[in-house]
Amino acid sequence: MSELTAPETVVATEPNAPFEHRSRRLAAAAFVRGAALLPVIGVLLILGSAVSPVFFTTSNLAGVGQQISALGVTVVGESLIIMIGGMDLSLESTYGLAPMVAAWLMVPVAAYGNGTTIGPFLGILVLLAVGAVIGLINGFAIVKGRLNGFIWTLGATVVIGGIQDGMVNGQSLYDLPNGFSWLGAAYAGPIPVSLIAAVVIFVAVGLFLRYHSIGRQIYAIGGNREAARAAGMRVDRIRIGVYVAGSVLAAIGGLMEAGRVGSVAADQGYGEGIIFNVFAAAVIGGVSLKGGRGGMLGAASGVVLLGLVQNILDLGNVNNYWITAIDGAVILIALVMARVVGGEVTAE
Amino acid sequence: MSKPTQPAEGAPVIEANSVSKRFGSTQALLDVDVALAPGRCLGLVGRNGAGKSTLVSILCGLQSPDAGEVRFGGDAAPPLADVRAWRSRIATVFQHSMVVPQLTVAENIFLGDLPRRRDLVNWRAMRAQTRAILREWDFDVDPGVECETLTVEQRQIVEIAAALARGTRILLLDEPTAALERDAVRRLFDRVRALVSAGVAVLYISHHLEEVFEICHDVVVLRDGEVVLSAPTPGLTEDELVGAMVGDVAPPVAAGGRARATGRRAPDGAQASERLVVSEIFAESARGSLFGASLVVRAGERVGLTGLLGAGVATLGRVIVGAHDYQSGTIEFDGRPLAPGRPDAALAAGIGYIPEDRWLEGFVGHLGCAENMTMSIASRLAGRLGLLMPSTRTRAARPLADQLSLVSRGLAQPVQELSGGNQQKVTVARAIASKPKLIVAITPTRGVDVASKELLLAALAELTGDTGASLLLASDEFGDLQICDRVIVLVRGQVFTEFTEPPYDDEALIAATEGLAAVGSQ
Repeated sequence: MSELTAPETVVATEPNAPFEHRSRRLAAAAFVRGAALLPVIGVLLILGSAVSPVFFTTSNLAGVGQQISALGVTVVGESLIIMIGGMDLSLESTYGLAPMVAAWLMVPVAAYGNGTTIGPFLGILVLLAVGAVIGLINGFAIVKGRLNGFIWTLGATVVIGGIQDGMVNGQSLYDLPNGFSWLGAAYAGPIPVSLIAAVVIFVAVGLFLRYHSIGRQIYAIGGNREAARAAGMRVDRIRIGVYVAGSVLAAIGGLMEAGRVGSVAADQGYGEGIIFNVFAAAVIGGVSLKGGRGGMLGAASGVVLLGLVQNILDLGNVNNYWITAIDGAVILIALVMARVVGGEVTAE
Repeated sequence: MSKPTQPAEGAPVIEANSVSKRFGSTQALLDVDVALAPGRCLGLVGRNGAGKSTLVSILCGLQSPDAGEVRFGGDAAPPLADVRAWRSRIATVFQHSMVVPQLTVAENIFLGDLPRRRDLVNWRAMRAQTRAILREWDFDVDPGVECETLTVEQRQIVEIAAALARGTRILLLDEPTAALERDAVRRLFDRVRALVSAGVAVLYISHHLEEVFEICHDVVVLRDGEVVLSAPTPGLTEDELVGAMVGDVAPPVAAGGRARATGRRAPDGAQASERLVVSEIFAESARGSLFGASLVVRAGERVGLTGLLGAGVATLGRVIVGAHDYQSGTIEFDGRPLAPGRPDAALAAGIGYIPEDRWLEGFVGHLGCAENMTMSIASRLAGRLGLLMPSTRTRAARPLADQLSLVSRGLAQPVQELSGGNQQKVTVARAIASKPKLIVAITPTRGVDVASKELLLAALAELTGDTGASLLLASDEFGDLQICDRVIVLVRGQVFTEFTEPPYDDEALIAATEGLAAVGSQ
């Protein structure tokens, strides 16, 4: 019998050298789980270069990076909400409404604006505020009002998506000020600014979750809300805060998307139904719908995986009418693979 | 590995032959032999982590042994996948009720095999058969009521009846008295004796040695995964049994905690300041409402709180720590009113909380020991920017782990992987980490083995002795209450009487909890 299973009193008084070793091993195991999709991404990279010579060009990969950064930032928001044991289907509408309200206030009446023509800087503040207000309403309804998060945000996403459509009579808003489009459209050398911003957000949130006391509280609350409450955590406040943060991140995602395409379409977000991809990326990446588990490395690899699949389907001249079906099937396959590689914890 | 089975009289209906099981670096079971004959009641005891749970899960077909085998009446055990075959041979009644609350008694008894007529559920036959079984065993439950309306005791009866209905003649009772009050325990023993005399084989798992002596014919003691004692109960003394459980390692405190408690001079009632003043609390709860409960805890004082199951003991504890809201009344701590229903406010004021249900409120299972133990002081440990390094947590948790003799494969090990007693230590560590001025502990020793129990009580006593913290100990284990300076007895949500002279007499306490003669009170 090893010393680790010796009777209680003996173990406790021993120096803790084997413990350190063990804790490092556990950390390594957690990393492997987070990185479970990296081999799949490797396979996709090989597959992509086989499908088209264009795939491994800087401009193509930069384009993929720009495309996935808007989705990615939204996935960060959804992951935080899932981790704390909630869910928010309305992030897709916030992703559309926040830039729409900002654009509506910025562009001239001729371009279907309301005529106030505020500047791009103020526009971005409005965008963030819209995100924060939606998150606050959702958070209060779900946390304080004890409404079911799934049903509430399902209703909210329809309402918010409808407002986005109604306020501009279904029009798309063009002629966005450069300052507003910059985040989604600009390049720093060959690299899209939005990609840099998304990476910064992923890393910052990842570190926050690991090393900040509120980040740890998010895991604790998601893992066992009552235990967290009994340990003196301000559970309600943090849950509402996470809903707000999630919606603000979705609004930033919407800002990136608006900049990338140079307009805010009436169907941006809700109309496109991006929430499926948002959830898929998070869950494939190992963020458990049970709450309390998952990390940013996994979520990021889920986003990259979806972006690469989309790009390969585009480059491979797949019949346009079939792309949706194949895209969905690939997500289901990825989910199964994540389950096989990541074990019990993932894909739940 | 198989031994020849003797077909002689009293041949075992279930036996484990040289069963071994290993989890990673932990040898959970090593060469364990256990045999159970019909009409016998076998006690299985051992400290937390001794391998009881592993043996139980192997005996009831939840996992397979690495080596050795389980045999039923001499025949090899069915494959693990054949759940139905296992369930027809052996039934387990767990600590936590496994009945489906929304279904009726009859449905629960025939769950998974409802009587049918042409593929439709035959309700009439089901009720009739249920009634027959209940009558046969003299169980008093209405077959038609939904199980959520039943008491813990009645749910247990339903589980036992369900097992008997399947034809099972081997019952495994895992801590069956943990949530029962005294009278119900007595009735349970009567039922177990009736079952045993009718030829049912019972494997009885308990931390309460007096129960083992009362109803078990034989006893098996596990220690570190090995059988260290296997003997008929009548020839044994309680000391021998405890000795076998604990082994050569001297029990960490033995009677230390209690000796200190009774030898200690209680703080002088008149002079010590009133730390906690609870007045006229009215609170509704399914587990015992309060109807104007009041009490005072002075600085440095250890106050016990006890009562029957529905008397509101746990509710009062939960109200004080803010885990349960109340309708009227006031709570003052150090002269200041305490915000109702706010555990964070109670913690900030200096109240540590050891919850009754550790799975529900005690820890976050998949997070590590260190993280759980320091959860109550996370914001204190964090720097000004809120940064909290894992190494900081570990440094803060280590002295607590040492103090409570926590057994883990490292402080990063997820708490859900620990044994029950060690999980409880994590919960206690979380409460004392904040160096509270008052600890509210609700049945902190439930489901904890004898030695760990002493250790936990000693840790609580030591903390209150060293730091001058007060302790409010809610418990229905009278042994635990001996460390208290006073014991308050609740009856139906109100303070009934108070005992001020330790040691406390069990008989008097029992009488008081029943609301009888206020013996020994002021």
